[in-house]
Amino acid sequence: MRFRKSAAVLAGAAVTALSLSSCAGSSSEAIDPEADLSTQSLVVSIWADYYPETLAEDFEAETGIPVTIVNHATNEEIVAKLTASGDPGIDVAFVSGQYAQALNEAGLLQELEKSLIPNEENLYPEALELAYDEGNVYSEPYAWGTTGLCYRPDLTGFAPTSWNDLLNPRPELEGKTTMLSTERWMALPALKVLGESVNSTDPAVLEKVKEQMESTKDTLLAFDDTTFYSKLVSGEAAMVEAWDGWCNYAIAEDPTVEFVVPEEGSDLWVDTMTVLKSSKNKEAAMAFVNYILEADVQKYVAESILYSVPNKAAIDSLDPALVEQFPNLALPPSELLKGETVVDVGEFGTEYTRLATEIMAAG
Amino acid sequence: MTVPTGTVQNRPAPPPAASRPAAPARRPGAGARFAAVPLVGPGALYITLLVLVPVALITVYSFFERGRFGGVVWTFTLDNFARLFDPLYLSVVGNSLVIAAIVTLLALLIGYPTALMITRLSPKWRTVALIAVLLPFWTNFLIRTYAWILLLNNAGWINQALQALGITDEPISMLYTPQAVVVGLLYMYLPLMILPLYSALAHQDRQLGEAATDLGASPFRVFRTVTVPLSIPGILTGCVFVFVPAMSNFVIPELIGGGKTVLVGNLIRDQFLKARDWPFGAALALVLTVSLLLLLVLQSRLSKRLTEGKRQAEGKKVRRDA
Repeated sequence: MRFRKSAAVLAGAAVTALSLSSCAGSSSEAIDPEADLSTQSLVVSIWADYYPETLAEDFEAETGIPVTIVNHATNEEIVAKLTASGDPGIDVAFVSGQYAQALNEAGLLQELEKSLIPNEENLYPEALELAYDEGNVYSEPYAWGTTGLCYRPDLTGFAPTSWNDLLNPRPELEGKTTMLSTERWMALPALKVLGESVNSTDPAVLEKVKEQMESTKDTLLAFDDTTFYSKLVSGEAAMVEAWDGWCNYAIAEDPTVEFVVPEEGSDLWVDTMTVLKSSKNKEAAMAFVNYILEADVQKYVAESILYSVPNKAAIDSLDPALVEQFPNLALPPSELLKGETVVDVGEFGTEYTRLATEIMAAG
Repeated sequence: MTVPTGTVQNRPAPPPAASRPAAPARRPGAGARFAAVPLVGPGALYITLLVLVPVALITVYSFFERGRFGGVVWTFTLDNFARLFDPLYLSVVGNSLVIAAIVTLLALLIGYPTALMITRLSPKWRTVALIAVLLPFWTNFLIRTYAWILLLNNAGWINQALQALGITDEPISMLYTPQAVVVGLLYMYLPLMILPLYSALAHQDRQLGEAATDLGASPFRVFRTVTVPLSIPGILTGCVFVFVPAMSNFVIPELIGGGKTVLVGNLIRDQFLKARDWPFGAALALVLTVSLLLLLVLQSRLSKRLTEGKRQAEGKKVRRDA
């Protein structure tokens, strides 16, 4: 999950806005729905391996607009690129929701022209009410998901329902569980068990998380946010804290693997599409966003990358066999939205970093 | 840095001196001063671009404030250095020192007999042995690390073998422990101990040992009073070569240590990639770099003094003989 490591730290919107507004420029021209698209071309920046291989050709075939796709590895990378200059030459950028929020507050994003994006109606109604951008004013969601427990029923012998099954495991599971090592997700299970927000900025709460985690650490096989699913497949681990998309990779190799969102709740993450205010091809950019929201295009994401998408039309058209194999692809929005969106906690973010270091250095 | 006992540093050892034709002595000619420029140029460029510039950059970064997206805000501060004294970070540094010291000691204990043995081989087998020591370096570092995971995990080969032999019923948990980190680091840097030791030992005058034996010293006494003291510069070099990278490795604690052991290397990596706190990461990296440089200088000074002592002793002997 490319955005993950970065999403841990939400863009400090206010601070950024102050420091960046000077270079944002004021090239916000009105959108002209009648503009001649044949004179426009696009540069789109997106995570590698996160889109249909033939996306550029398909889009050009359908609209006649040539597209150049460039890749970024993390949210920080693309945000740094976008904020470093007034015109980075990028028209459409894919970033996680909280980063879209920050870019918008920095004055870098173009308000979307909804008359050019009729495919928005393919989205779940809930996908228009996400906290970082209510009404999808400057961003449209591309993929979404949550964090939960990914486990092997044959090894656990029971179906976990609570984060406590991970934090205070039964004796037979000691040394057979892993937790994510990225700081905000390392803290998430304990925060949820304590009934606190995943965005808590209360030092006393983090102190409690630390106490819990120091005892949990002794029961863990490892902290792991890159190979946890293969540990599950190999049987080294019986239960792991996992992002749903990555749990699907375990399920793909071992169909007995299951995913559950614990009863205490979890998070909701969204990867979005944004149009840059500095873009000279805004109408073509709107056409691109609209194209992506076509059911077939987002269906690809679910089918090939095994990430869930907020596109009702795409999910409804998924092969039932695929949904049966990867049930969390079709987690209903009502279920996902129970999750709390991880947002930036500003300067307090360093406290989470410190917490993670304290936990890892303990013992 | 000078390694008086040989030319071997952290690169492949030259063939043993015995099998090498003596280089003809060369006198510097008139053009020597300029002839050196094309030879020194690439090295100087390499050091400037890959050592001096980055170190200068982190030095500058370490005096400023953290930027929201991982950059640096140009407000001068000394906070990054003050934070180094936080007990949390001091404990990480202490832990790294202990682990690196254990790794170095074990490398010396294993590396010394190995190097000594290699010097006793015939020239042909000596080359084979030296290549065998270096061979792992030609394989990707990550692949070798994953190989250890295959060996050490609960269902791994070592546990399978132990269980098959009836030595243990339950698999022994070896992976994802501090001990596994020590094993991983030891494996990774052992060649850096063996090569300088080999170089020091191979250049030792065998006749000194023979003389001691003639005077009635037991083999152990020869080893203790002749071989070891004469190889001290090699020991120092080897220890520094192992200790320095062991302090700053971050991949092995993550993969073999399961993220449950934190070394200075991990701390620095996390500041840059996870916390987006470049200035603090820079301060940590700077202090580590400077400390390790001081260590290298100290090692070089000590080696020099030891060698000079040896030369003076030899000088006296020569004068007396005359």
